[in-house]
Amino acid sequence: MKQSAERNEVIARLRGEILSSGGTVFSSHSHEHPDLGPLNRAFPGHCFPFRGTHEFISHNSETAAATLGFMAGLLSRIMKGPEMAVWVGAHRTLFPPGLKAFCIVPDRIIFIDLVSEKEMLWVVEECLKCTALAAVVGEVPDIHPIALRRLQLAIEKSGVPCLLHRHRPRSVENTVCTTRWMITPMASLMEEGLPGVGYPQWQVALLKVRNGKPGSWQITWDGQQFQQGGQESMEEQNIYIKAG
Amino acid sequence: MKRYMAVWFRHLAADRLALRYPGLRRQPFVLVAPERGRIIIRSVSREAGRLGILPGTVLADARAVYPDLLFYDEDPSQDKLLESLAIWCYRFTPITGVDGADGLVLDISGCTHLWGGEEAYFENIVTRLQAGGYHVRAAIADTMAAAWAVARYGTTHPVIAPGGQAAVIRDLPPEALRLEQPVIERLRKLGLTLTGLFMDMPPAVLRRRFGLQVLERLGKLLGNIPEVLVPVQPPEPYVERLPCFDPIRTAPGIELAIRKLLEMICQRLQEEEKGLRKARLVCYRTDGGQQQIEIGTNSPVRNLEHLFRLFELKIDTIEPDLGIELFVMEAPVVEGLTTQQERLWDLDTCGKKDAVTKLLDRLESRIGAAAIHRYLPEEHHWPERSIRQTNDVHEAPAVAWPEHLVRPVSLLGAPVRIEVSAPIPDYPPMLFIHKGKIHKVVKADGPERIEREWWMEKGLQRDYYQVEDEEGGRYWLFRSGHYGEYKPEWFIHGYFA
Repeated sequence: MKQSAERNEVIARLRGEILSSGGTVFSSHSHEHPDLGPLNRAFPGHCFPFRGTHEFISHNSETAAATLGFMAGLLSRIMKGPEMAVWVGAHRTLFPPGLKAFCIVPDRIIFIDLVSEKEMLWVVEECLKCTALAAVVGEVPDIHPIALRRLQLAIEKSGVPCLLHRHRPRSVENTVCTTRWMITPMASLMEEGLPGVGYPQWQVALLKVRNGKPGSWQITWDGQQFQQGGQESMEEQNIYIKAG
Repeated sequence: MKRYMAVWFRHLAADRLALRYPGLRRQPFVLVAPERGRIIIRSVSREAGRLGILPGTVLADARAVYPDLLFYDEDPSQDKLLESLAIWCYRFTPITGVDGADGLVLDISGCTHLWGGEEAYFENIVTRLQAGGYHVRAAIADTMAAAWAVARYGTTHPVIAPGGQAAVIRDLPPEALRLEQPVIERLRKLGLTLTGLFMDMPPAVLRRRFGLQVLERLGKLLGNIPEVLVPVQPPEPYVERLPCFDPIRTAPGIELAIRKLLEMICQRLQEEEKGLRKARLVCYRTDGGQQQIEIGTNSPVRNLEHLFRLFELKIDTIEPDLGIELFVMEAPVVEGLTTQQERLWDLDTCGKKDAVTKLLDRLESRIGAAAIHRYLPEEHHWPERSIRQTNDVHEAPAVAWPEHLVRPVSLLGAPVRIEVSAPIPDYPPMLFIHKGKIHKVVKADGPERIEREWWMEKGLQRDYYQVEDEEGGRYWLFRSGHYGEYKPEWFIHGYFA
């Protein structure tokens, strides 16, 4: 028994080494990694490789809002410490008080509103070089693969994660991003028989993940963390409420 | 010890006209203005002065003697010219002022050694002004009044040795004291045609006979009564200057100059425990042009490397043209920054604020401060007023962010009208049409009534509903006003996640 535990440890360590030599910035401290609940299984080593570029694709206002919600949830997992985050965008619709529902204190985000795409990428790159930031969010519809590569290089040095919201992109080409997501809204979760709008629920499609297993899940945000969506968790909650 | 230089433009208005119209050079001409129904000569060119024409003569009289005398209307914007000349003199001394209608006064204390002594300094200024087309007389003395007097009435060497003013003014006429005309007339009537004749009289006698003014002027001339120079540009308290022997035209040269100036200014800030919030680099070009770049920081800084990097981003906006002969670094805004604070920042593990501030400084200098903001909560329910924009990175919210309020993650810039079908009086809509698409409402929450603050504006209240359509899209809708006297309108205001 003890031997097998040791063996597992060695295997996990070796796997980590292989992954890190493959270009993914991979930390050996698993507690450092943000906990994405049911999504963890899709990632190499069951750890979300957050130190990288993450693309989020959206095509209309509803999916954009769902994407913003999911990104906010993700950001709240990353912003565990006291660091600030930077949000760079051209036509920002994000309403800061709305972040409160995703456990983010809105005044910890510095918003930079620009018009020129070139300047936006420059700002994102400069921010990624600053290790004192928790994360950088960029709302750029289209990004040239070379520009993305530059961002990736900056991240490899500083380790600051970069979330890119690509609203209405001209094309979704195969870029060097670490993960690519597409979020679509689904009917919210509410206890059976109760009126009103409940916890937001999304169809989360992980289109690309380096060294991981892409997939699609129903995910809900229960005000604190990501949960498995659908009916199952509903029942659990019922039991919990009844017991309480 | 203070030293002053007075410059007298003998034919300022005429010189200016001759500069504008080179054909007038070395021509006798006069500038005139109407006064009490007559045309009076206000100023004359040097050549006209030589003919014996004096300002104040009626033009008709002068033309009776010289029928082909040229005359032009006087330009009233003359004082601006003097001011710009005073600013031009900024390259010789940081404190320059306008004195009367036709003179400048420069505080040259401690500046002359840069030009190799007072004589060379004097020569430099006078020859450059004369080369520029102005007829000037100037003098250097211990007091402003003495320099003024010698520049206008002096017959000896214009650079008066320190402490030598008392001997020099003995030979000057009483007009050199800048007295009022009646007093001068009385002095002359009594035969006191030289200052030396009455200078040593007992003060009580002078006061009784000629008024207090004579004593005052004498005191200012000799340096017993202080006189204040009003500078054209108030000098910045934190200023460093770097004159160059050869004009600088290349970027590395400018970089070197910035580094040197920053070194000097940071040294001084270090001694005084201060940090700068704003710095300006002014480059004076040989052709008289000026170039300037400005940087701002989010918190007091005196770190040379950081400041240099901020300037570095803007160096390419400077146009050196023929070359820059003087760099001036000003720090208009400084704030206290103790060494302890500085050290604390380096060790600051939780805030990491220093690094973020530096990053923002760098961004700001390229994209402008207006693009960067944070949001803080305000005590208003009205959504548009519930947040306040701030540019300060360190400002903490005055009130807590409201808990348990349902607010969308994405808000439209302005509410957009929608068509709805809703049961009255206050039910959420059953369906709504936005951008030509019909959304059937499946779930809804609300209403949350938000009133306009009557002390701010008048208008209808809003009843907000959170609704979800068949496809799972979640929206923030509101109805403006009640059902009653007229039909209320519905709007969409945001999207929920």
